[in-house]
Amino acid sequence: MRSKGKLEPAKGPTFQELLLQLETFWARRDCVLQQPYDVEMGAGTMHPETFFRVLGPEPYRVAYVQPSRRPADGRYGENPNRLYKHHQLQVVLKPAPADIQDLYLESIRAIGINLREHDIRFEEDNWESPTLGAWGIGWQVLLDGLEITQFTYFQQCGGVDLDPVSVELTYGLDRIAAYLQGVDSVFDLLWSGSQRYGTVRLAEEQQFSAYSFDYADAAVTRNLFDLHEQESARLLRDYASSDEAGKKRFPVLAAYDQCLKCSHLFNVLDSRGVISVTERATLIGRVRQLACRTAAAYLEQISAVPEGVQGAL
Amino acid sequence: MKASAPLLLEIGCEEIPAGMVAGACGELKVLLEKYLSAENLLGEESVETFGSPRRLTAICRGLRVRQEDVQREVVGPPKAVAFDATGKPTRAAESFAAKQGVPIGSLYAVSTPRGECVAARQVILGRPAAERLGEILPRVIGEIPWPKTMHWTGASGLRFIRPIRWIVAMLAKHTIRFELQAVRAGNSTRGHRFLGKANIPVTGPQDYLSKLRRNFVLARPVERRQKVEREMGKLASRRGLQVNSDDALLELVTYLNEYPTAILGDFDAAYLELPEEILITVMRGHQKYFALRDREGKLAAHFLAVINLNLDSKGLVRAGHERVLRARFADARFFWQADERCRLADNLAKLSQVTFQAKLGSYGEKVERVRALARWLAEQWLARGVHGVNVADVDRAAELAKCDLVTDMVREFSELQGVVGGLYARAQGESEEVACAVYDHYQPTGLSEPMPRNLTGATVALADKLDTLVGCFAVGLVPTGSSDPFALRRAALGAVRIILGQGLGLSLSEAVAAAARGFAAHSLKLRVDRETEKKVLEFLVDRARYVFVQSEGLANDEINAALAAGWDDLVDAAERIRAVRAIRKTGNFEPLAVSFKRIRKILEKAGPEDKWRLPAVQPELFEHQAERKLHAAAQRVAKEAEGHKRAKRYREALQQIAELRPEVDDFFDQVMVMAEQEGVRKNRLTLLRGFLDEFSTIADFAELTPAEK
Repeated sequence: MRSKGKLEPAKGPTFQELLLQLETFWARRDCVLQQPYDVEMGAGTMHPETFFRVLGPEPYRVAYVQPSRRPADGRYGENPNRLYKHHQLQVVLKPAPADIQDLYLESIRAIGINLREHDIRFEEDNWESPTLGAWGIGWQVLLDGLEITQFTYFQQCGGVDLDPVSVELTYGLDRIAAYLQGVDSVFDLLWSGSQRYGTVRLAEEQQFSAYSFDYADAAVTRNLFDLHEQESARLLRDYASSDEAGKKRFPVLAAYDQCLKCSHLFNVLDSRGVISVTERATLIGRVRQLACRTAAAYLEQISAVPEGVQGAL
Repeated sequence: MKASAPLLLEIGCEEIPAGMVAGACGELKVLLEKYLSAENLLGEESVETFGSPRRLTAICRGLRVRQEDVQREVVGPPKAVAFDATGKPTRAAESFAAKQGVPIGSLYAVSTPRGECVAARQVILGRPAAERLGEILPRVIGEIPWPKTMHWTGASGLRFIRPIRWIVAMLAKHTIRFELQAVRAGNSTRGHRFLGKANIPVTGPQDYLSKLRRNFVLARPVERRQKVEREMGKLASRRGLQVNSDDALLELVTYLNEYPTAILGDFDAAYLELPEEILITVMRGHQKYFALRDREGKLAAHFLAVINLNLDSKGLVRAGHERVLRARFADARFFWQADERCRLADNLAKLSQVTFQAKLGSYGEKVERVRALARWLAEQWLARGVHGVNVADVDRAAELAKCDLVTDMVREFSELQGVVGGLYARAQGESEEVACAVYDHYQPTGLSEPMPRNLTGATVALADKLDTLVGCFAVGLVPTGSSDPFALRRAALGAVRIILGQGLGLSLSEAVAAAARGFAAHSLKLRVDRETEKKVLEFLVDRARYVFVQSEGLANDEINAALAAGWDDLVDAAERIRAVRAIRKTGNFEPLAVSFKRIRKILEKAGPEDKWRLPAVQPELFEHQAERKLHAAAQRVAKEAEGHKRAKRYREALQQIAELRPEVDDFFDQVMVMAEQEGVRKNRLTLLRGFLDEFSTIADFAELTPAEK
């Protein structure tokens, strides 16, 4: 007789245990444990700890959870898998170690997956972020057909060719947890020992889906986009015209915050369905310009700093 | 030591994209053979290559272990300088011998254009293969071309498809020494990522495959493919089902796994209410599952997944895949129901928001152009007596054709464009003719892909493709080399196949001109010049040649001969090519073709026509019986052939023409065309000119190259 093959319910770690297990795993491999960035963003890559750290020559290792907002993916909390906001665990290793695939697989083992009993594969998927002027080569990692991680050798960021090459691992925490706990809907996940994901997050999903699809005022959102863009551009202009001493302490990072704001506001406009295809390309281009100019300014700034403290954010 | 030894090269990689492995193996073979033969190392045995996600392997069963020695003669100083009067070697001879590294006694005399000189025979010893391979192999690896490459060791490092993590390079049982990107070539391979050992020493090609097999790697794709087919067949037949055959998917899973195993999963039968196209696309596109059908051909509530493991004893993998599919189907059902609430035609307004191409406007504008062109085409069919087409249906289908581009379903599964529109059209009460046409209008997408099922679909498809071609050419988006982002080759191929497949007699140049008019009419006011139209026509005719060769096995010279006599009506051209092919095997034809070539050469040599051409052949200027006979025969045959030709009996017409061979042969045996006397010469040239023109209207025989004996 063939076994029935049904998953036993609620075997896996709680959502927060999963998060702790992965953070612990990477902390033990010399990663700086960072915190989520406090500006809305669509992906962990946009966190300054990835965007800036992959630039320049200094080695670095970092891991953090980044709640990521994708307004167009919101489903008012009615779809079991699609979320306005999901949680990514982002790991960046610079330079990419030669045994990185093995390291990654060890982390999968560390969250309780027996690799000889599951179908794990690396399928071609080259990540690209047109708003950040960033792209890389890599795979999506599938666990029994479920996409659990984006695995990328970063090639370019902010329009800059990267040397050395960093590797970026982005774990989709919500779906990994749902898989491990054997639940069909993320809202049924146990977040802690007693609280479910739905209790913690459902209202947020409902309200922000409603905001981005139905309530966001298109004119105001466009206005905000323009304002943040102006502020970012102004800073970048001022940076360019500063003298050497002025450049050293110039708030390049603040220009990037404004660029992040633009990126999120663009996503809101997109989900609101008020931008045409051509306008879409134009807006993406405007955000990318800010990102690329910020990256260039950052690189210039760190190259002026004495060695040893280089790359400090 | 034996003269030949087996070579084994394995490039161990992180997972190579499945679609690229086979191509890279082909390139690896070519490169390796090129370098090995340039180095005089390749003997009788050729190189065999094969690959899997984590390795590209090359094996040559017998490589020369050492290059052959090469002898070389080096000429030195004149003999008079090298030896003194007594015959003793001078300083000059000594230093020459020393420089060439030969004993002075071995110098000998040779005569050269500068007189007698001394010479030395140098033997360049062949180097051992192992030494040369250490230089060749890294170069070969670095030269494998890939569609998209990456750095992993830094900007100055090698670019490859994915990082190289190990290399096996062995000649017989010896490791070839080299290093690439800090990876040292060795004799140790790696097994399956999870089931095999990470370190497996091999002694060469003889135990390479068997050791890998023991470590759950089937290195040869054919083995993997057979295993998948066998297991899928067994799983299906146990349930009385059949695998929905899908060769491209089979090829994909063959290259996605090192040890593929098929497992069967189930899904909720309630999902079977969704159209099967959607279910199959969901299973195949994201999940790479095979669908199954019951005896009546209906989709069954099961699927086959191919996993990279030896077994799934606890059913964990199966449960995982079932769970993922459940979520995917739930999504698809959500989209289907959401789209269904909106009428297809209501999407038309949204199409003006969707860019077709920046310089060519929106899809809204494209729809208007395609409608006008499709109506024009339908009227052409009617004018030519083609039945079974209704202009109103064609117009409606063209109007709805692109409406599915703004549905959630197509946004999610872009490969379902057209199909989704057709399904919604049917569900929303459009006629079967229109729904089918919308469904099919992207077809055919390749040389052997299916065609639109009805003439309405064929007409819309043709209009859509011609519009894309003319538009893209007009704004300079012409395919170059391997770059064809708008898939114009595919569009042209599709257009040609529709015209030929439906037997639609149509003036290609008029159709292209009609498509060009569409761009002038709409808001972009894009004027398409004659030169662009000409380029589009050439592009289409070029694809037509490809179709003739690939799907009918017609020869290039037959095609050239017939197309030289006209290509505007491709259906007619195809008939003429087939006639040439049928007739060329008959005895008279090829020799006649040779004579046509001769005539053409003579006329070319005679210079500009206005210098010699007479208003008509003048029989009184004939001097030879052979001239008279040829003239008379030509006039008679011309009349008969013309009758056949008008009735499109091209074979019969060519048969008639071929029978002119004796007269033509006699003419050339007995008559000197370039006669002394001007009138006679001009008359002969005029005769030949008329002959050539008269009998080249079906095909230009001079284009035919004689069959090789």
